[in-house]
Amino acid sequence: MASNSSSTENRVQLRQLRPSFSSRFKEFFIRHLQVFFYSLGLLSRTPFSTLLTAAALGIALALPAGLYVILDHAKQLSGDFDSINQISLFIKKGVSEKSISKLQKKLSTYPEIAQVKHINREDALKEFQENSGFGDALKALKDNPLPHLLIVYPSLTHNEPEQINQLLLDLKKLPDVDLVQLDIQWLQRLYAIINIAQRGILIIGSLLALAVLLIIGNTIRLAIENRRNEIVVMKLIGATDSFIRRPFLYTGFWYGLFGSLIAILLVNFSLMIISNPLAHLSSLYNNNKLFSLGLMGISSSLTLLLSGCILGLLGARMAVGKHLKEIEPK
Amino acid sequence: MILFDQVSKRYKGGNEALSNVNFHLHQGEMAFLTGHSGAGKSTLLKLIALIERTTTGNVIIGGKNLNKVSRHTLPYLRRNMGIIFQDYQLLYDRTVFDNVALPLIISGFSSSKVRKRVHAALDKVALLRFEKKYPVTLSGGEQQRVSIARAVVNKPALLLADEPTGNLDPDLSLEIMDLFMAFNQVGVTVLIASHDIPLIKQLGKRIVHLEHGQLLTADEN
Ligand SMILES: Nc1ncnc2c1ncn2[C@@H]1O[C@H](COP(=O)(O)OP(=O)(O)OP(=O)(O)O)[C@@H](O)[C@H]1O
Ligand SMILES: [Mg+2]
Repeated sequence: MASNSSSTENRVQLRQLRPSFSSRFKEFFIRHLQVFFYSLGLLSRTPFSTLLTAAALGIALALPAGLYVILDHAKQLSGDFDSINQISLFIKKGVSEKSISKLQKKLSTYPEIAQVKHINREDALKEFQENSGFGDALKALKDNPLPHLLIVYPSLTHNEPEQINQLLLDLKKLPDVDLVQLDIQWLQRLYAIINIAQRGILIIGSLLALAVLLIIGNTIRLAIENRRNEIVVMKLIGATDSFIRRPFLYTGFWYGLFGSLIAILLVNFSLMIISNPLAHLSSLYNNNKLFSLGLMGISSSLTLLLSGCILGLLGARMAVGKHLKEIEPK
Repeated sequence: MILFDQVSKRYKGGNEALSNVNFHLHQGEMAFLTGHSGAGKSTLLKLIALIERTTTGNVIIGGKNLNKVSRHTLPYLRRNMGIIFQDYQLLYDRTVFDNVALPLIISGFSSSKVRKRVHAALDKVALLRFEKKYPVTLSGGEQQRVSIARAVVNKPALLLADEPTGNLDPDLSLEIMDLFMAFNQVGVTVLIASHDIPLIKQLGKRIVHLEHGQLLTADEN
């Protein structure tokens, strides 16, 4: 190659036996696979310390994952309540039944509204008389004190809290409407709480992901330290950095994988423990739909596995990048 | 093949290990490097293997100026050299076979090629029957031969050895030297640092003498 040899030496290229490109290409994959399992073999030589590290990783990963699963269920649950979202419109006194049914028709065409029900004030009074136990007292009234009522059901595509709020504002502006009422403000509060909890989990998750990186980084650093002599020998006989790096990266991968497997076990175990008392609690609230947690879904399990493996590789990469350079033959 | 052009090496906090060394070893040549302890023999070999870098001057190997070799291309350069260390530098948790196979695996040879080459190399140093053993179970001379097999398995153009017979009895030393002579005969350039003046005089090869970092006799041909 380019050399500035100023000497009279007729250039003698160092010849070296090299495998062909296709052979190297094929070997590359075979070697990767070998190193993949070789690094697993190395870990299995020290099962106890491997398990300890993996358990620490598992706990660190299980905490945000478990919280996330519970929150996810809570969100689905609040989603179920959306269907009973309803808005009551109290109509002003003196508005004719004809304009009420006109209003009813008009509202039904709104995209945000699925259905509008009219509750006639006479019917409402009758029902009240029958059910309330004040029947006779009410009969003494000359006038029906109840207003006409329109019950508005928001469509499923428009039942986010902000959209409901907008709808409420719009309905309030209607001239015939006296009062607009949404009874389920607790739903909005729940959403707000879920929002906060989501951020909380994001923070906890980020911190624990950092912890996972540090744990794996430190474990790999120790592994590098233990194999210092081997690394020196490898470098002496011409191993590239990426060759030396490889087993450590795979070690980090295995740690991440084992850690996330343990995390999945821990989360599911915890879900099983709390699912019975939770079902009991929800039955006390007489919900037609029992609040049950079940186990972690496939997609969240896979996400957890993937994050574990990526964190493992990343932590190892950081440690290797920092410490391999410091080890040079003397 | 090896050219030292006004090379000086000063270690950090030490005095000059090599001062203004000019030295030329042709391709296919074999030479011995002698000198008192601390004369700079190991330093000279380390400069060739890029374990150390020159303070001033150029080392040119096979037309390539080592000052121009980056960290990144360094491994590929080392693959062209077989290096034999006084302390063998073997991996003690791997078998003899795996130790010798390492340079080939690093270069990406297929398993069948690796097996063939390793067997050939072990055969040359008469250690074929030890391939499944671990280095600790071998004697010093046997371990030295394992390290020689590892150094030549990649068929390098250049063989460097630092005190390869330092720990061996005279018979074994001669045996090892004969091995190097045999490699030289098939065209490998060989440079060996050694104390053992009587032994190397016997071999009739060029002798390069270092004293306090300076080259005394270069016997240039
Ligand atoms: N890493 C180092 N840092 C500082 N000084 C060093 C280092 N290595 C060698 N030296 C010094 O450089 C000089 C030459 O050392 P070198 O190892 O090359 O000698 P040598 O001829 O190989 O000796 P020996 O026959 O004992 O192996 C010595 O004075 C030694 O103290
Ligand atoms: Mg020495």
